[in-house]
Amino acid sequence: MLERYAPVLIYAAVVAAFALASLLLSDLLGKRRRAIGKGGPYESGMDPRGNARLRLSIHFYLVAVLFILFDVEAIFLFPWAAASKWLAEKGAGGIVFAEVAVFVTVLGAGLAYVWRKGGLEWDR
Amino acid sequence: MEALLIAVAKVVVIFAGMVTIAGLMSLAERKVSAWMQYRHGPNRVGPFGILQPLADGLKFIFKEELVPEGANRLMFRLAPALAAMPAMLTMAVIPVGGTVVIAGREIPLSMTDIDIGVLFLLSMSGLSVYGVILGGWASNSKYSLLGGLRASAQMISYELTLILTILAVVLLSGSLDLRAIVAAQQHVGQWNIWYQPLAFVLFTITMFAETNRHPFDFAECEPELVGGFHTEYSSMRFALYFLGEYCAMTVLSCLAATLFLGGPSVPFWPAAPWYVGVLSLLAKAGFFLYLFLWVRWTLPRLRFDQLMRLGWKVFLPLALLNLLATGAVVAFTHGAQ
Repeated sequence: MLERYAPVLIYAAVVAAFALASLLLSDLLGKRRRAIGKGGPYESGMDPRGNARLRLSIHFYLVAVLFILFDVEAIFLFPWAAASKWLAEKGAGGIVFAEVAVFVTVLGAGLAYVWRKGGLEWDR
Repeated sequence: MEALLIAVAKVVVIFAGMVTIAGLMSLAERKVSAWMQYRHGPNRVGPFGILQPLADGLKFIFKEELVPEGANRLMFRLAPALAAMPAMLTMAVIPVGGTVVIAGREIPLSMTDIDIGVLFLLSMSGLSVYGVILGGWASNSKYSLLGGLRASAQMISYELTLILTILAVVLLSGSLDLRAIVAAQQHVGQWNIWYQPLAFVLFTITMFAETNRHPFDFAECEPELVGGFHTEYSSMRFALYFLGEYCAMTVLSCLAATLFLGGPSVPFWPAAPWYVGVLSLLAKAGFFLYLFLWVRWTLPRLRFDQLMRLGWKVFLPLALLNLLATGAVVAFTHGAQ
């Protein structure tokens, strides 16, 4: 079974070689010319003001946390989705579906709570 | 030994095919936009400008590589590779055709058929967000930083819808192996698009958000952020970002065709030879690839808060309900016989 993953490893090596080779090629063949102001970050032609390591809007963190929550939920749904047909044929479809429905409802309630609290409002 | 040679040959051929399609997409992007705007587009390099991607690639290699002052050099240099590699790696599990018999040996036309193909594909496509946000952050430029942030927020938000819609298809076919999903829809009447119309629509729209394409291209929208996360990039590093984006578009188009349109199966011709199957997949994927360009010149760009609202308040609940409804149907109708 595990030898089926060998092509994935070969492919990963090919892709990595391709990406690194193209980076190295342009490093070696590209020209270098220095000029005043050339190295500055682009700010529409003005002199850059301050550093770009800014403090970020809290919304981005909130989205990341919510994503983790629902992504983990999706991971739990994978085995159920793959086995659901088989379970139904064994006569266990109903009971397992009821369990999954409870699970998804709890998470749906979580989504409703975040929604109600304004966690999904972007322009506040 | 022979098995190894076959595996290497398949990897090289499919990889070359994907990169060629991605290169041709960069030409198609310019040709189609020219056509829609009543002008010619690139037509100097080769017949109809067909060699333009090759010329562009060569030119990129010989261009100067700029690293802005104050940038995190290592991250800045590695980020394009980190963005391009996962996008290309997702191709590994897509079945591009049926089975070929060469010298008495049956060779399935895909790099590999692993029984968690869908999971592999999703985990790889989830990794591509790192290249974008690292590139944006390492550039030490405000435009890049904001572009990278927006891209990551958008990609993870829409990934949920992507996962949930794919799960609805998995429920119907009862397998995470993409070849089994194809095998379950050999006839046009068995195509998942008829059983999962809502998932199909959600998946198609989500493809645009996942690849940062119009009308969701907030990561690089010119009027606000100049170039977004790749503002400071030049030479082959810039090209790698775009190669990754076009590869992601290609793979997602193939995936849409595989999940909803029967993949390499040929409508009304079950005994079609293998090359017709490959052409069939290319035609189906070509439709989605054309859709990317068509939408780009048809719809205006949304606002970022509209994008997030659409993702979290419309698509996510819809995809969840669709998944539950599909699960109920499978659980209560399938066990009857």
